[in-house]
Amino acid sequence: MTTPILEIKNLHVSIEGEEILRGLDLTINAGEVHSIMGPNGSGKSTLANIIAGRDEYEITNGTVQYKGEDLLEMEPDERAAAGVFLAFQYPVEIPGVRTTQFLRASVNAIREARGEPELDAMEALTLFREKMKLVEMPEDLLKRNVNEGFSGGEKKRHEIFQMAVLDPALCVLDETDSGLDIDALKVVAHGVNTMRSAERGFLVITHYQRLLDYIVPDYVHVLVDGRIVKSGGKELALELEEKGYGWVEKEPATV
Amino acid sequence: MTNLTEARTMQLSDLSSVEPTPADRAPTWLRELAQRAIARFSEMGLPTTRDEQWRLTSIKSIASTLFRVPEELPANIDATVLERFDMPGLEGPKLVFINGLFAPNLSDLGALPDGVRLMPLTEAFNELSDELELHLGRYADIEKDAFTALNTGSFREGVFVHVPNGVKLEKPIRILNVSDARGEPIITNPRNLIVGGDESEFAVIEDYVSTGQDVHFTNAVTEVVVGARANVSHYLIERESEKAFNISTLQIQQEEESNFSSHTVLLGGALVRNNVRPVLNGERCDSLLNGLYLPAKKQHMDNHMLVHHARPNCDSRQFYIGVLDDDATAVFSGRIIVDQIAQKTDAKQHSGNLLLTDRARINTHPQLEIYADDVKCTHGATIGQLDADAIFYLRARGLSQEAARGMLIHAFAMESLERMQIDAVKDFIEQELLKRLPEGKSTKKSL
Repeated sequence: MTTPILEIKNLHVSIEGEEILRGLDLTINAGEVHSIMGPNGSGKSTLANIIAGRDEYEITNGTVQYKGEDLLEMEPDERAAAGVFLAFQYPVEIPGVRTTQFLRASVNAIREARGEPELDAMEALTLFREKMKLVEMPEDLLKRNVNEGFSGGEKKRHEIFQMAVLDPALCVLDETDSGLDIDALKVVAHGVNTMRSAERGFLVITHYQRLLDYIVPDYVHVLVDGRIVKSGGKELALELEEKGYGWVEKEPATV
Repeated sequence: MTNLTEARTMQLSDLSSVEPTPADRAPTWLRELAQRAIARFSEMGLPTTRDEQWRLTSIKSIASTLFRVPEELPANIDATVLERFDMPGLEGPKLVFINGLFAPNLSDLGALPDGVRLMPLTEAFNELSDELELHLGRYADIEKDAFTALNTGSFREGVFVHVPNGVKLEKPIRILNVSDARGEPIITNPRNLIVGGDESEFAVIEDYVSTGQDVHFTNAVTEVVVGARANVSHYLIERESEKAFNISTLQIQQEEESNFSSHTVLLGGALVRNNVRPVLNGERCDSLLNGLYLPAKKQHMDNHMLVHHARPNCDSRQFYIGVLDDDATAVFSGRIIVDQIAQKTDAKQHSGNLLLTDRARINTHPQLEIYADDVKCTHGATIGQLDADAIFYLRARGLSQEAARGMLIHAFAMESLERMQIDAVKDFIEQELLKRLPEGKSTKKSL
């Protein structure tokens, strides 16, 4: 059996004394697309932040392994270099930093960590242009400051575009559908679907089933109150859409 | 060294050691001005922190230091010593002063358009005395400003620039002020007069450096006259020793429809006071006061702006940006006076500050005195730390903590550099900025 890309066991996480995740288990193998659905406050974004390495959380119990290594011991930039990517729910605006400058710094930091030669300005631009097509991102965004003044749709396309540029092994999408109209949603989903491969794992976090019409998952997990209370195939998402989260909250957890 | 005992010294806390010492060959009117200035200095005494304008900057350390007044050029300085102060790519006339005295062998005035006067101030005493008298000491305030009075009463040398009506200089004039203290504190009082005729266009760079890490005191005064419809820029780059004291006063007189920009970059010095005082004395003037200060360790940098709107329909802009590291302290005081006659004034002021440690301190305050009723005056100040969300976002994209911090600091300071017009200066300051950043190299690579 090959090592999973991500293996979370009995994860307990608190913030300011309040327990948000209460014993979460999740295994993602290469080639799989997992979706986590759940109501507001169930701990979905906490999970995404923990994987990416935000440090304001207290991990009180459990383990998170990435390709067999202890992910929790790694700095956020080490995780990025190792192939972990989080598409942010709220991409951060960075005044004064141009998108091209940011992207080149990012690509080259990761290439350096991987022992690859850095890309010069022209090579980087060639790469960016190729990947921009994937999410139909207008080229003028490259000249603007990072996320500054971007529309909600532009910000999310920008996230998926970065994901394509950095070529990660684990892609975590945190509510990438929020704030997107249906056309933008299709574009973003197309970008993600193009990147699906036998080597890559995806964790798609969403509140609504709608995104999963376009990014069809292999597994759906329902997160309620810091625990996965139900897991199943893609049809589980439809069932949830129909019956609401109240339906699973009443059921006993399935492991 | 043989006549060391005869060397003139000055200790400002001892007012009797401060005497009028007009420059060699000074004309009568200037001798009289020097007398008046020192008399006024003695009356006023040195400012203390009880003085509103000096509340946040104590000059005790300046007052108690015994300074030697350099009378001769040091023999040991040649062009190779100065190479390290070069700004790559910067062309144009260069006037070099060592310890406040003109060094002709190290200077290069180059070829100047007809009618342009560019020379050490004392060289203008003979033939151009009348023109000097029209301007010198007419704008900078010896009545209320003790350091201006001190400078006016004891300057040895400086630069006189006159660009006649309609003349444009393609390349900036650079004034390199080198202090070579050699372990013995020295005081210099550089004095510059810059006169731009109507519709003239040019830039002047004042660049302050030290040869070593010594204590010395630079007390500089520059008066600038900007003729009608002229376009004049001034750059002040303070990069002296971390033990140096520097008080610089830039006094500007603007005539109608003129455009003036002041760009100040403070990198060096232990205690730095930067006074910029434009008087918008004609209608429809534009005045830009752009500043960047990067104090670290225990450096103290005090920026005092005084923008005087004396005529209607003028715009002034103050943009000062500070990045404070370690135990550094800084002040931004932006005073705007709008006379009753100065209707339709549009005055803006912004003070932006980034504190990199919880020990660094910035004190920023606007002072608006508005006597006209139809004006737009806005002011704003920000004091913050690096945005933790932005740092995390960059780290999640592979940048190290230090590289992420560096990128954000660089972006913050670049806002100021982007307002500057001379690429060689911009590039040079950007390199200085990168040297100061955490992991500057990796930030640099990504730019």
